[in-house]
Amino acid sequence: MEAGFNRQTRDNSVSDLAIVEATPRAPDLDRGKVLGRMALFDFFFHNLTRAAAILVLLILGGVILSLVYGSAPAIKAFGLGFLTTESWNPVTEKFGAVAPIYGTLVTSAIAMLIAVPLGLGIAIFLTELCPHALRRPIGVAIELLAGIPSIIYGIWGLFVLAPFLQQYVQPALISLTGDIPVLSSLFAGPPYGIGVLTAGFILAIMVLPFITSISRDVFETVPPVLKEAASGVGCTTWEVMRYVVIPYTRVGVIGGVMLGLGRALGETMAVTFVIGNAHKVSSSLLAPGTTISATIANEFTEAVGDLYTSALIELGLILFVITFFVLAAARFMLMRIEQKSGA
Amino acid sequence: MTAMPVVEAAIPTKVSVRDLDFYYGQSRALKSISLPLYTHKVTAFIGPSGCGKSTLLRILNRMYDLYPRQRAEGEVLLDGENILDPGIDLNLLRSRVGMVFQKPTPFPMSIYDNIAFGIRLYEKLSRSELDGRVEAALRGAALWDEVRDKLNSSGLGLSGGQQQRLCIARTVAIQPEVILFDEPCSALDPISTAKIEELIDELSERYTIAIVTHNMQQAARVSDFTAFMYLGDLVEFGETNNLFTAPHNKKTQDYITGRFG
Repeated sequence: MEAGFNRQTRDNSVSDLAIVEATPRAPDLDRGKVLGRMALFDFFFHNLTRAAAILVLLILGGVILSLVYGSAPAIKAFGLGFLTTESWNPVTEKFGAVAPIYGTLVTSAIAMLIAVPLGLGIAIFLTELCPHALRRPIGVAIELLAGIPSIIYGIWGLFVLAPFLQQYVQPALISLTGDIPVLSSLFAGPPYGIGVLTAGFILAIMVLPFITSISRDVFETVPPVLKEAASGVGCTTWEVMRYVVIPYTRVGVIGGVMLGLGRALGETMAVTFVIGNAHKVSSSLLAPGTTISATIANEFTEAVGDLYTSALIELGLILFVITFFVLAAARFMLMRIEQKSGA
Repeated sequence: MTAMPVVEAAIPTKVSVRDLDFYYGQSRALKSISLPLYTHKVTAFIGPSGCGKSTLLRILNRMYDLYPRQRAEGEVLLDGENILDPGIDLNLLRSRVGMVFQKPTPFPMSIYDNIAFGIRLYEKLSRSELDGRVEAALRGAALWDEVRDKLNSSGLGLSGGQQQRLCIARTVAIQPEVILFDEPCSALDPISTAKIEELIDELSERYTIAIVTHNMQQAARVSDFTAFMYLGDLVEFGETNNLFTAPHNKKTQDYITGRFG
């Protein structure tokens, strides 16, 4: 048995040698030419990709510069007071950004509060529990939600969702929370239908597909054997998700959530339709409000004075800064988690 | 295929597989398998790829249940109770029948939590009791001395062999009765393999063990009993010494002498 094995290896090596000798060698000259051509191509490819990357930085820089330049008059006129003043008066040209900033943050917060648990829940259902035949239809339906133009969400929100909320949901909220100290002021005032809460709902529907499809994709990257191992120590499906799948994929999940948050902060059209466009900060979520992007979209065409235009551009700059800090904070948070887990 | 093996009746049977058939959709992967796993003995499943040995192993803790269109027919008795019974509590079953996989599968958490995780699922322990159990499990898997100073760092940072021993420690920590090893050394270097084999030997004093392996020397080294399977059939089952020195079946002989597979 052992002898036979040895003979076989020797036979193999003989035949390998024969193959090497039989292959004709290319002349060195040709090879040099080919290599030269490859090096040239590599050089172009290298610089092409680098130029593309630098272009992105240049565009970003240009956007920041023009925002700063455009908002200079407003910054000069109002200084830091712009960030602490609530009143927005085009007639007297006194502008303050508190109401739109507040509206932007609150509507996004409502949207995330609804969409994150719902989106993760749907992703868990789709990857772990859903019967195979239903997986694709539901997945595709959710991705289609992302493809609907925001103007359609806007009209649907205004003509369908807002009246529905006004008639059924908001009166119930008001009467239910009437005696509870904090909640009663959150849900106070007449049910307008449109308002901050409605805008938050619409945003939640709009960011849901991002969170769902990204979390579903990253959940599917978890090696099956890891899930088996977790089931193998006796975990229920929920425990497998909670302790193994979600920790394993947290970077991707947080990425999806941040992408959703980025969209919620900047979403313009749908919000403009349903938020009521009132420049005031109200403790009630049922009251009309405004967001930065809704204000800009609504008022840019009627901004006649230079200061008015400049104030709107400054709002844009603020939105840019908020988005930047939210994303930077997310990166920082991820870095901390990574370091802690030592992965 | 062959009749039930003739073994000294003195050894009690922990798991008894009876007329077991298994189907992936329409295709039949196991054909009326019957064999025992004896208490506190190591039983090796050998055979060429696709012979159904891993499938058989995965039936023993109902791991196949995670996937649709896979089903088992027949009986698998664990201490006399049929675990194929639909009414059986799967989580409880899997805490009694632990499993170690081909590739190390540390959970994405610290070394300490990897072990403590399984214990916490079943028991409420004080911190010091839990510390004790974690240490005992790591000692049991011959890993304690290597990780005692870094219990809070991630389990993913260990070497392959250490990760595999961590997985064994994790399995041991929940105090199962049976441990299933699915080619536990196929991704490991020879030194780590030797450590794991030594470990399996020690574990067999307290646990009933089944191991799937492609490595015949490994089967010969670690097991007390061996089952040779081929294309879904159990060809031969017997004491490892007998099966390797004097196989009854021609196919078994061909396989263990390396003529096919």
